[in-house]
Amino acid sequence: MSDTIGAVMLAVGILFNLAGCLGMVRLPDVYNRLQAATKCVTLGTCLVLGAVAVLTAGQSAAIALRGALCIVFIVITSPTAAHALARGAHASGVKLWEGSVADAYAADGEPGAAREETE
Amino acid sequence: MMRRLALFLLCFAVWIVLVWPPRDETGALRLADLSAGALAALLAAAVMREFTFEKTRGLLDPRRYLWLAAYGVVLLFYIVKANFDVAYRVLHPAMPIRPGIVKVRTSLRSASAITALANSITLTPGTLTVEATADGWLYVHWIHVTTTDPEEAARHIVSRFEWFISRIFA
Repeated sequence: MSDTIGAVMLAVGILFNLAGCLGMVRLPDVYNRLQAATKCVTLGTCLVLGAVAVLTAGQSAAIALRGALCIVFIVITSPTAAHALARGAHASGVKLWEGSVADAYAADGEPGAAREETE
Repeated sequence: MMRRLALFLLCFAVWIVLVWPPRDETGALRLADLSAGALAALLAAAVMREFTFEKTRGLLDPRRYLWLAAYGVVLLFYIVKANFDVAYRVLHPAMPIRPGIVKVRTSLRSASAITALANSITLTPGTLTVEATADGWLYVHWIHVTTTDPEEAARHIVSRFEWFISRIFA
């Protein structure tokens, strides 16, 4: 039973990773690509790690626990890294794709988190 | 001091999970692993002044953990939805995207609450936080912009998480 669940999770995880990679190739700019990279690759990788946890839970609590712990870390670090990349790209002048409809961040002059706004 | 102690305990707990099991075949504690972990956690607690908990009061309040568990389920739902959404846009031959950066306002103020909110937004359908300011403005890259009005956008992007996060990081 747990073999079947694990195999399904592994397959679905790999499919999401594939969708994420396709997104990296097809989407037009850094920001859109980061969307694909954070969402699909995060869930895909978590599913693969979850599959590892499910498949090994019967034999080795050590591996299963490490797999579960890695899911927690990926869920915390992956969006943080995406945010840092998007912010860094914007700060170094990477333009949005020409089909983009708005850039409120540039319109407001890239206010930094450290700077107190005076309203 | 309490803040550092809380950070030390958290680091040590993570370490124990990493080196699991804490006892070897004979049932004796694996002292080498555990003392290395204690040392590493001590070092982290000593150095990471900036990244400790903001306050330790209420850290053991069970209601917060119940909210966290409920939030985990809600977030998982949105993450799965986000994945189908992005996968659809990527695989569709015409690639139906309408990207842009919009700004939204949050009523949350504590740094960890805003961090949690920004990360949740990044993980959920079509949105990616580019910047969060200290006074509660979030700049969000949206893969399919339906409105550039901050209030309207906040209803789409922020409100579904704010309620939970304000309870978890009360």
